[in-house]
Amino acid sequence: MQVPASFAYERASSVRDALDLLRRHGPDARPIAGGHSLLPMMKLRLAEPTVLVDLGGLAELAGVAIEGTNIRFGAMTRHADVLASPVVAEHLPILVDAERVIADPLVRNRGTVGGSLCQADPSEDLSAAFSALRASVVISGTNGDRVVAVRDFHRGPYETAVAHDELVTDVLVPIRPRTGSAYAKVERRAGDWAVAAAGAVLTLDGDRIADAGIGLAAVGATHFVAVEAEESLRGAPATPASFTTAGALAAEHVRPVADQRGPVDYKRHLVEVLVTRTLTRAAARARGEA
Amino acid sequence: MEGVRPPEEWIRAAAETPRGYGAMKRKEDARFVRGRGRYVDDVVLPGMLHGAVLRSPLAHARIVAIDTSAAEAHPRVRAVITGETLAVLGLAWMPTLMQDTQAVLATDKVRFQGQEVAFVVADDHYAARDALDLIDVEYEPLPPTIDARRALEPDAPVVRDDQEGRTDNHVFDWSSGDAAATDAVFAEAAARPDQQVIGADVLYPRVHPAPLETCGAVADMDPVTGKLTLWTTTQAPHAHRTIYAMVAGLPEHKIRVVSPDIGGGFGNKVGIYPGYVCAIVASIVTGVPVKWMEDRSENLMSTSFARDYHMRGEVAVTADGRLRAVRVHVLADHGAFNATAQPTAFPAGFFGVFTGSYDLEAAHCAVTGVYTHKAPGGVAYACSFRITEAVYLIERLVDVVAHDLGMDPAELRRRNLLRPDQFPYRSATGWEYDSGDYPHTLQVALEKAGYDELRREQAELWRRHAAGEDVPLRGIGLSFFTEAVGAGPRRTMDILGLGMADGAELRVHPTGKAVLRVSCQSQGQGHETTFAQVVAAELGISPDDVEVVHGDTDQTPFGLGTYGSRSTPVSGAATAIVARKVRERAKIVAAAMMEAELEDLEWRHGSWAVRGVEGASRTLAEIALAAHSDLELPEGVEGHLDATTVYNPPNLTYPCGAYVCVVDVDPGTGEVHVRRFVAVDDCGVRINPMIVEGQVHGGLADGVGMALMQSIAFDLEGNCLGGSFMDYLLPTALECPSWELGETVTPSPHHPIGAKGVGESATVGSPPAVVNAVIDALSPYGVRHADMPLTPAAVWRAMQGRPLRTDLAIS
Ligand SMILES: Cc1cc2nc3c(=O)[nH]c(=O)nc-3n(C[C@H](O)[C@H](O)[C@H](O)COP(=O)(O)OP(=O)(O)OC[C@H]3O[C@@H](n4cnc5c(N)ncnc54)[C@H](O)[C@@H]3O)c2cc1C
Repeated sequence: MQVPASFAYERASSVRDALDLLRRHGPDARPIAGGHSLLPMMKLRLAEPTVLVDLGGLAELAGVAIEGTNIRFGAMTRHADVLASPVVAEHLPILVDAERVIADPLVRNRGTVGGSLCQADPSEDLSAAFSALRASVVISGTNGDRVVAVRDFHRGPYETAVAHDELVTDVLVPIRPRTGSAYAKVERRAGDWAVAAAGAVLTLDGDRIADAGIGLAAVGATHFVAVEAEESLRGAPATPASFTTAGALAAEHVRPVADQRGPVDYKRHLVEVLVTRTLTRAAARARGEA
Repeated sequence: MEGVRPPEEWIRAAAETPRGYGAMKRKEDARFVRGRGRYVDDVVLPGMLHGAVLRSPLAHARIVAIDTSAAEAHPRVRAVITGETLAVLGLAWMPTLMQDTQAVLATDKVRFQGQEVAFVVADDHYAARDALDLIDVEYEPLPPTIDARRALEPDAPVVRDDQEGRTDNHVFDWSSGDAAATDAVFAEAAARPDQQVIGADVLYPRVHPAPLETCGAVADMDPVTGKLTLWTTTQAPHAHRTIYAMVAGLPEHKIRVVSPDIGGGFGNKVGIYPGYVCAIVASIVTGVPVKWMEDRSENLMSTSFARDYHMRGEVAVTADGRLRAVRVHVLADHGAFNATAQPTAFPAGFFGVFTGSYDLEAAHCAVTGVYTHKAPGGVAYACSFRITEAVYLIERLVDVVAHDLGMDPAELRRRNLLRPDQFPYRSATGWEYDSGDYPHTLQVALEKAGYDELRREQAELWRRHAAGEDVPLRGIGLSFFTEAVGAGPRRTMDILGLGMADGAELRVHPTGKAVLRVSCQSQGQGHETTFAQVVAAELGISPDDVEVVHGDTDQTPFGLGTYGSRSTPVSGAATAIVARKVRERAKIVAAAMMEAELEDLEWRHGSWAVRGVEGASRTLAEIALAAHSDLELPEGVEGHLDATTVYNPPNLTYPCGAYVCVVDVDPGTGEVHVRRFVAVDDCGVRINPMIVEGQVHGGLADGVGMALMQSIAFDLEGNCLGGSFMDYLLPTALECPSWELGETVTPSPHHPIGAKGVGESATVGSPPAVVNAVIDALSPYGVRHADMPLTPAAVWRAMQGRPLRTDLAIS
């Protein structure tokens, strides 16, 4: 059995309490949400926090709801809750596609939206999906809240805009009309992390593309997005040719690294295939065809 | 009376229980499904301490210094053992099962990443683990030999410079078959226009058995009696006891090895690991019991791997698809120590059966073993001593031949399979196949799969794909395997001089209930049920009335253990024979009871009866009671019914099977989806068909894993790239189709109940079927071979004509 180094445990009773605990215990304290990234790292002794501040009891941070023109995800919303949400099913098929291929049911019962974004693993599927959706993240500190665009949230692998004494409380996704979205991932086995994954969000204006969001995981895309491909789509006709061009552009600009999941040329190729496929599916969904 | 009535479910279960062979729920599952299994890690003894192993982060380095002072100063640490400590006891090195040596704790150098360097003993597991970080080892890094294909180059760093005078990494050369005769056939085939030579380079990558329970031990050396009790994860408790006695110089009767419930073995638990030895030494040093249980990464990185065979195979074949001869060269990567587990005279295991299921004029193989700076081991993983590699090679070659000749692979196999009238068949490499009806077994599988219809569907999908439609590429793969299991005749097969015969003891209590004691140990195979059924069938009693005792050397007779699918062929045979001895003894008692002549008695399933005399019959229970009573027995006959036996198999048994796999490949991403898998196994007589099918299910899942996702690769620094379940993938239900099983039954003519082993059949037979299916799907792209694991990346690169090398880091 792999065992972590010793640590102290505190259970937060409110967001305010959690923030106090984090401030009090200093930079070696860490919030713990679902624990499905943090605990494995602790067992492998890649992380040795001295204090864990458990967010598990904070009901105020859980749930998916429509708030004005946004859909609000509490940071403690579990993957399984996202997958089961009727609101998500209606407005954000990209998240349904993504959640189906994130880990396995056991992990999805525990892992959270906030934990996924804060982990900032370059392969995290929700980071790519929320980036494609141009979501924003609400960060709370003792001095109040601030809202950061998800595309500014990730500062690099395992690095985010969140300070050690801050918490992510919500993720906000704007609801857009005439919009379709989709996500696709290639994995070596169910529950494996992505070899490469892509998510697409398309807003149509008749036969033209009004706006596009493309998120990429596991392929070294800056801020998890393919901006050049998005740019090529804006104003372009919603045709297979446009999607193929965007796929090729996205593939050109990623910087994947070779590992046992695959060599660089293959991952680049996957970006092209998956971007084209998800754009095609997103367009069909925007038109109400799928 | 109400109070002593057994629960209703027991009564029902007993009513459903067959009196012998047949599907029957496993007796052992009652405790497993209730969480009442007792594994090594469940053993908790008073005052027990906990050990942890410090491992090398480097593949090759000189140990300059080890400073254990900070670890020793830890308040909960009781002892720190290093190679120096062991050297004083003469235990720094231990012999391997292949007559090599292996470092228990490194003294001079480390030779693979994950090698054992020090052992900490502490009050609890957490403290032991914490203290590992307090040990300061100064390493001088050295360049390692990682690529097996370059291990014999003159400038390759020498792995085993601990051996006097060694200047290279050569371990052994071994060959089998008639080289001259084989070369002659090849020369002729190359020269004639109506024949040709077809070859392929085929890698069976390094994989790992990955049992869910990792390896471990609890050592309890009683300082007063001098008796060592070792609870340990072993597939061969008796062999381990003898080896400990030989290595550590402990008297063998003062060693008791207990192998309690074992959470999967697959060959991983045949060898003796340094951790076990450290636990024993630690118990001797501290005077209290010491537990050591490795974690997942330790298991994957340091314990017995399997395969790692780099093979070149060639076939001499006629234009109409008659296989004439096969010639094979193998480079076998044995890691840093030659610690494979197999009969001693077989350095390449039973690879000699590489002629497979075909009638060849000649065959020859040459195997060269090399050392590399990688974890030691080999053979393990349900492989029947390298038959996995042999079957994979020949079945891949047959498909390559079919591809090159443009022939249907089913037809090509049909033309070359051994015919029933050829049995017993002596193969070109000297193996005597006992029985089989191969064409029939193949036919049953093809019909079950609907082979012709599958080919039609495939042609249609290929046509649509060529027309630019978005459809998957369908592939159909076959394999026909023959196994040689049940090692083995002790004339030719031993492990470190211990012949591979198994004992059995059967005790029948006065009330007619029986206790069978066998030497082999179950790691999930269901022995407590199967062997009870064998006794039940022989004695005409219920399997519920037979208790099977195993896994404790103080309680059971000697024997070599459970691996190589040998339990039913060897211990199962011993069981049938010892039961027959009891039955014969019962006959004498029955004759005395009924005052009849022996020759007038006949066995009527469960009773001895006097032929032709109404009512003159005694059940086994009645006879058992009489055998323990004051009944007057004939001169020279002892009382009681108990018997013992030792079974020395006259030959191996040769199970076979025909498998058909159907896959879809996404031509855009290279992802493989296994749509169907038909497995028709012939393992002779099936004692408990449900258990047989369970064994096959597991092996098929293993095969999908090896074919599509598993390998332990290394980067050129020697870092293990498969050291966790994030990197080393086990297949899940989602990768496994609903298995479609079938059977043919050709009993083994020399086995007392006609049974052949089946534990490894599916692991042996399924990888080539899956790979053949994937390669078949890619044939529109001109692909004729690609190495396992066929991950999406490997498939795509094969389609590009630039196949990946899967044993090294992907770059
Ligand atoms: C076997 C397995 C397979 C997986 N496969 C996938 C996969 O295919 N795709 C995928 O995307 N993910 C995968 N994951 C990761 C999974 O989605 C995790 O649950 C997720 O990454 C982290 O969420 P968590 O709630 O468990 O976070 P935790 O492990 O609790 O925390 C992760 C990090 O975020 C910080 N944190 C958590 N919540 C907050 C907060 N509200 N504010 C500030 N900091 C916070 C923690 O301090 C920690 O540093 C897998 C995990 C496992 C164990």
